[in-house]
Amino acid sequence: MKKVRIGSGAGYGDDRIEPAIDLIDGANLDYIAFECLAERTIALAQNEKKQNPESGYNHLLKYRFERILPAIKRHPTKVITNMGAANPLAAAKLVQTMAFDAGLNQLRIAVVTGDDISTSIEKFTDEVTMETNHSLADLEKPIISANAYVGAKGISDALDDGADIIITGRVADPALFIGPLIHEFKQRYDNDDFLGQGTLLGHLLECAGQVMGGYFADDDRKNVPDLWNLGFPYADFNEDGSIVMRKLATSGGLLSTETVKEQIMYEIQDPTQYFTPDVVADFSQVQVCQTAEGVKVTGATGHPKTGQLKVSVGYEDGYIIEGGISYGGSTAINRAKLAGNVVKKRIEYLKIPVEELQIDYVGVDSLFHGVLLDQQSPNEVRVHFAARTKTLAAAQEIKREIEALYTNGPAAGGGVRTYTQQIIAIASVLIPESAVHIQHQFLEAN
Amino acid sequence: MKLLDIAHSRTGDKGNTSIISLIPYNEHDFAMLKQNVSAEKVQKWFQKLGHIQVTRYEFPGLHALNFVITNALGGGVTHSLNLDRHGKALSSALLEMPIERES
Repeated sequence: MKKVRIGSGAGYGDDRIEPAIDLIDGANLDYIAFECLAERTIALAQNEKKQNPESGYNHLLKYRFERILPAIKRHPTKVITNMGAANPLAAAKLVQTMAFDAGLNQLRIAVVTGDDISTSIEKFTDEVTMETNHSLADLEKPIISANAYVGAKGISDALDDGADIIITGRVADPALFIGPLIHEFKQRYDNDDFLGQGTLLGHLLECAGQVMGGYFADDDRKNVPDLWNLGFPYADFNEDGSIVMRKLATSGGLLSTETVKEQIMYEIQDPTQYFTPDVVADFSQVQVCQTAEGVKVTGATGHPKTGQLKVSVGYEDGYIIEGGISYGGSTAINRAKLAGNVVKKRIEYLKIPVEELQIDYVGVDSLFHGVLLDQQSPNEVRVHFAARTKTLAAAQEIKREIEALYTNGPAAGGGVRTYTQQIIAIASVLIPESAVHIQHQFLEAN
Repeated sequence: MKLLDIAHSRTGDKGNTSIISLIPYNEHDFAMLKQNVSAEKVQKWFQKLGHIQVTRYEFPGLHALNFVITNALGGGVTHSLNLDRHGKALSSALLEMPIERES
């Protein structure tokens, strides 16, 4: 039975690189995919590209390919990544130069573009956003970026045409994995069950270490061996649509039915309807079982795609100022609450324009807002302030009030830190897929 | 006994919605969890988070449940003033829920 072996090279933009190189060197992969693009990342990258037209791709692109290229020279493996972010063409040019320098001048490097619809988003400003129930126009905020989550076709077409490395901007995360499956098994984009199974493969691999005992360890019952040396997963996708999740014997971590179940269910709402650009995947009947090779996963199916694409629109949404101060001793909580009250009253007294202020007591109830009540009096408490403002000036006024707690607040507070950040918020809208034109192109040889 | 003693959990987020899994270590506990950990019970457990709405989904092949909690995250990761903007720690709060074991 034909099978395709795909490794997971990254679970987020700043993820580690060593586990990916270990996979290229030791797992006999056909492909490795690096998922590096969180929802907001592309808006930040778009801002960078505006400052410098040659930037706007993943910050670790060069760092990663300095290590990937020698590894794929040793063990030829095709590489697929969304590290192109807002500027896949510039990213691919850099990788091509690096490949030449590494003596890999036969590599064919492809770029998939078309997801960036920032110049045509104006046509869709009447669309209601998923986050707010208001239209994009109602937000009345400066739009930075608009990128559609596109399907796998640009990737599978590039592979059909002989690509060795594919660099994309925004694509749906599972598309990085479905692309090679479509190409290898010569499937079409109307085989919904196949696409559902491919979506499950992508969902299992796209968070890298998170299915290998990362984000899993707890005391005795969730013991993860050598968590410090966590490996990334790889999988065999079999012709019958079954998946075998695998782990290198030399890496730390844990691959079990339990870690696989946590990842299958991760961020899934209605399991019968997992919306992607290529298919509505159905994970409701998925099963897992431990085998000698790894954890076998079966039972995903699919329903026809909706014909609509989700677009992430990044917009400027004011500032968030955060700060904290710590108190110790048996009366710590009382002084922490006094400090909270001082800053709250100062903001009112000075009429600092603030959209929302939140004060939490770290060590007491900062995570659960009273869902769990701790009856004990902790030996140390950190007051955490967070406020949303429209202007930087207002954020800075609040920052000064937090710092003023040193000489103007309760006794013996220490460790003030503050952090002010411009907020890039995301609004999501649906648009018809016919409004997006995905293309792939190969870089000319130097 | 707490849920912590018989099940594990992970939290994910989509916008202002938190998604918390509940997975028994022993598949034989699935029926008991289905019976005892209703959407209503989870909604009451987390009611201090605000005007939340809980929907429960079953994964019969995995013997596990997902609780989808809307309006739980202070507006979602780009808007929230919470220290834990993703609500990643909420799985630990669910697992503290007391539950009676049938003898």
